[in-house]
Amino acid sequence: MSPGTGPETADPRYHRIWQALAEVEDPEIPYVTIVDLGIVREVVADETGDPVVRITPTYSGCPATRLIELQIRAALDRAGFPHARIETVLSPAWTTDWISEEGRRKLREAGIAPPVPGSGRAALFGAGPAVPCPRCESTDTERIAEFGSTACKALYRCRHCREPFEYFKCL
Amino acid sequence: MAEDRARFEYLLRLGDNSLILGHRLSEMLGNAPALEEEMALVNVALDLIGQARLFLGYAGELEGAGRDEDALAYRRDVLDYRCALIVELPNGDFAHAIGRLFLISAFDFELYGALRESADRRLAAIAEKSLKEVTYHLRHAGEWVIRLGDGTEESHRRMQKALEDLWMYTGELFTPDALDEAMREAGIAPDLARLREGWDRRVDAVLREATLTRPAEGWMQSGGKDGRMHTEHLGYILAEMQFLQRAYPDARAW
Ligand SMILES: [Zn+2]
Repeated sequence: MSPGTGPETADPRYHRIWQALAEVEDPEIPYVTIVDLGIVREVVADETGDPVVRITPTYSGCPATRLIELQIRAALDRAGFPHARIETVLSPAWTTDWISEEGRRKLREAGIAPPVPGSGRAALFGAGPAVPCPRCESTDTERIAEFGSTACKALYRCRHCREPFEYFKCL
Repeated sequence: MAEDRARFEYLLRLGDNSLILGHRLSEMLGNAPALEEEMALVNVALDLIGQARLFLGYAGELEGAGRDEDALAYRRDVLDYRCALIVELPNGDFAHAIGRLFLISAFDFELYGALRESADRRLAAIAEKSLKEVTYHLRHAGEWVIRLGDGTEESHRRMQKALEDLWMYTGELFTPDALDEAMREAGIAPDLARLREGWDRRVDAVLREATLTRPAEGWMQSGGKDGRMHTEHLGYILAEMQFLQRAYPDARAW
């Protein structure tokens, strides 16, 4: 296998692959792409030169995982890589710290508070992080429900502007 | 290989626990006290089913008999299941359902934490992934135990009763049999007695805050993880869970 490449690769062939991957939206949060979320770990080439895309699932039971694989395949096919393979890697486990700055900005714009970095470890010990409201930026917010519309989100309410919002939980 | 066979059996225990508890939690859909709680429990169920897929998929590969995760989940009968008895029990009232989730999540939290060091690196990777999810399950269930225990007279009574009813099923989780010992010696699985210490500390801390009394240690039920004798409830779960696969194998008609 060739060494892995990331989104900033200078190699024109890999650049094309990463561009194609950057168009694949997350099926459950279509405001962000799988590259924004850090789901694509790296792209390498196998012995025959075909690209291998290494992805990592967000949650074990994420129902979108299969769909994401199909969409990657379709995107790479369109970009001229019909023989691309997808490999799933579990370790190191996906963490919300891998969501890019760009991804966090897009989440905020969609009204979803991005994860507060590095707070996953504290998950067990009561007091969660102060989550700023994506609308008015007040940190006077409260958690309504630990599990929201999808496994990766919790439901919050802003005490300042009174709007409910979703929070992308730390993992 | 004999060693692969043992690891296959061990992975069935992990996978079947997650699968059956996940199925039980999915039954809370439409039955939880609030819509948010319903969302929470089915999200937990989804995590557990996802973990079961990882464990069973790996088990199938080790077995080398061409059975994938679906074949293992949908085409084994009661006697071939290796889940602990506690996950088979019906949900009961909400205190019982949440109490079970709490006790199991505390166990999984310790187990997956230890399995990250497993000599089997693929198992370690699954454990690393699952631990992150189970941490949320444990916190969620623990918060409920505290809220119910330290709540009204009625909620306290029900939560205490749930613990009393569940307690005799906790022993099986920590009582090693020949397979557990073989896995421990091979560096694949941790020492169950060590897990027990962590579990005791965590469970006791929550019960204290919940003003609940830890049930007395007494007779412990067993027979699930070694498949010796499951409860009568498992057959009903499988009947429902496997119906579609049995009636329309692989749902090819669609
Ligand atoms: Zn606000």
